[in-house]
Amino acid sequence: MLTYTFRRLAMSVPTLLFISLAIFLLLKLAPGDPVANQPLTIPPEVRQKMREALGYDQPLVVQYWKWLVQFFWVEPLVLTDHIFGTNFSDGKLRILSWQHRAPVMDIVVQRLPQTLWVVGTAYVVAILIALPIGIYSAYRQYSVFDNAGTFVSMVGFSMPPFFSGVLLIVIFSVNMPRDSFWWFPSIYDTTLRVTSWDTFQAQIRQMVLPVMVLALQITSQLSRFMRASMLDNLNQDYVRTARAKGLSEWVVVMIHVLRNSMIPVVTVIALGIPTIFGGAIITERVFKVNGIGDQLIGALFASDIPTVMTLTFIFAILIVVFNLIADILYGILDPRIRYD
Amino acid sequence: MTEVLAEAIITEPHPATNKWADVWRQFSHHKGALIGLLFFAFITLFVLIGPYIWTLDPNKLDIRAKDMRPIYTVLWNGEARVGWNHPLGTDNLGKDLLAQLMQGGRTSMAVGWTGMVLALFIGALIGVVAGFFRRLDGPLMRFTDLVLSLPILPLLLVAVTLFRESLSQMLGIETGMFILIVTIIGLTSWMQTARIVRGDVLALKEREFILAARSIGTPNNKIITRHILPNVLSPIMVSATLGLATAIITESALSFLGVGFPPDFPTWGKQLADAVPRMTEYPERVVLPGLAISLTVLSVNYIGDGLRDALDPRIRGR
Repeated sequence: MLTYTFRRLAMSVPTLLFISLAIFLLLKLAPGDPVANQPLTIPPEVRQKMREALGYDQPLVVQYWKWLVQFFWVEPLVLTDHIFGTNFSDGKLRILSWQHRAPVMDIVVQRLPQTLWVVGTAYVVAILIALPIGIYSAYRQYSVFDNAGTFVSMVGFSMPPFFSGVLLIVIFSVNMPRDSFWWFPSIYDTTLRVTSWDTFQAQIRQMVLPVMVLALQITSQLSRFMRASMLDNLNQDYVRTARAKGLSEWVVVMIHVLRNSMIPVVTVIALGIPTIFGGAIITERVFKVNGIGDQLIGALFASDIPTVMTLTFIFAILIVVFNLIADILYGILDPRIRYD
Repeated sequence: MTEVLAEAIITEPHPATNKWADVWRQFSHHKGALIGLLFFAFITLFVLIGPYIWTLDPNKLDIRAKDMRPIYTVLWNGEARVGWNHPLGTDNLGKDLLAQLMQGGRTSMAVGWTGMVLALFIGALIGVVAGFFRRLDGPLMRFTDLVLSLPILPLLLVAVTLFRESLSQMLGIETGMFILIVTIIGLTSWMQTARIVRGDVLALKEREFILAARSIGTPNNKIITRHILPNVLSPIMVSATLGLATAIITESALSFLGVGFPPDFPTWGKQLADAVPRMTEYPERVVLPGLAISLTVLSVNYIGDGLRDALDPRIRGR
């Protein structure tokens, strides 16, 4: 298992390099001028100087290398400085956002909490709802509950978030009377500081709608998965043995079957975690949560290449890392699986 | 003994049929899939034939007839501005909503189908090649894993925003956008198909009939087209339904985020996005395109579910 982990870790380095190169080339080869957004009154020779200042006249290899150094060497140094109070990174150039004229990582750190709160809560809520639904629909296969669950999860992944979000806004913040308990704000207020019981309540209320939209999506996928996994196990011989021993139905299902069915489900949950950080771009857009996904769209529209590049690459790192974690978890949880 | 057997064959409830009749019988037992198929046929006819019956130009501005409500609004609001000349109402520029829905559906469906076909083609090609030729298996599957770990939606957005201008200049805005979106959807959604097809080809390759074909001297390309491809048709068909659903959703998501087709070119996603600022007064402009997207995708997903059951020989005949 340890060898396997090390091999996978070693493999992930070229993978990440390839991905970073792919993203880099996509951004560089795309037609477009980095100074196109500047006022038209700037004379061409000044424009050329601006391009040179941004490093655009250098060969692609040099630009790529500089970006790599900034991302993998300078930014970690800044982080260690921040944690230990050292000053390794003094005078080193960080990745700057063109749009905000500040280091991209600082913006990421500002935006991440909102995304983590909203999308993370949605993920937890979805897991808490999906697992019982999946278990019960598998236990009573083809019952009314199972068919209804199938239908709801089908609707859940057929309904794009920009429609379900808008629909929820129409129902809960437009048509609902303002003083009703069921009225929820449609715009996420980032400036809200939780200091008292009232502000805490306000925070919960403004999270309700985006969390509902995201949770519907995640629940529908997870519950289908849980159901399929339970069904695979329920017909196995060891279940019959457990029943024949006279174990209670609860123990058979909730201990024997559930523990075995959780193995693939846990890995699927791990695989989904990058989406928490990657943010739900569309949902954040609909509810105006200024998280990471919203920042990505904003940077794209402002053609802020360094931010776009850094954010997409961070998402890629997360996906690779959690793929690895999922595979290792699978091996740890299921002793039948041997990778070597 | 033979008599008994013969009798058994004669009294068999279902006479021997071909595979597709069996598949259809199983499929038609799946109520959701059947309803899905009916609805999908309806919506396809609606967008294909609809514009010939309802001949109003979807982009015709009729400022006098702007902001009309759908005809059914009369049921609860007697004073609403409605009229049979615009059964689903008009938008703030007086464009007819019904005609726009048909036109938008044409775009969404065209993007969905072409994107799906492209993704299937790439996926099936890579899957068959990787499964059949052992030497290419490692590199191709490594490559598939690589593409799978790319963050798809951000990259889609990046690619569309960056290449929009130049492609529009080369091929005209609409064709350029269409080709761009379809290519990008195709290039980013073939991986699952490739994996499934490869797995099936690997198993098929060891079967006796392939050995038989090889021993009478069938060349590789004939083995693939005559023996392998027909046998991996079922997983390809199931992923086709999934692909169609994702392609439609992706296209409308791009339109919703404002990086899709140009403003005067209606698609379902764009209609929905345009209607959001005034959804409090005119909820139908959000709900109708949204319902069109969701129901189409829902029906496609149900068809896929039914197909999966029908094509699985272990379930079929139960």
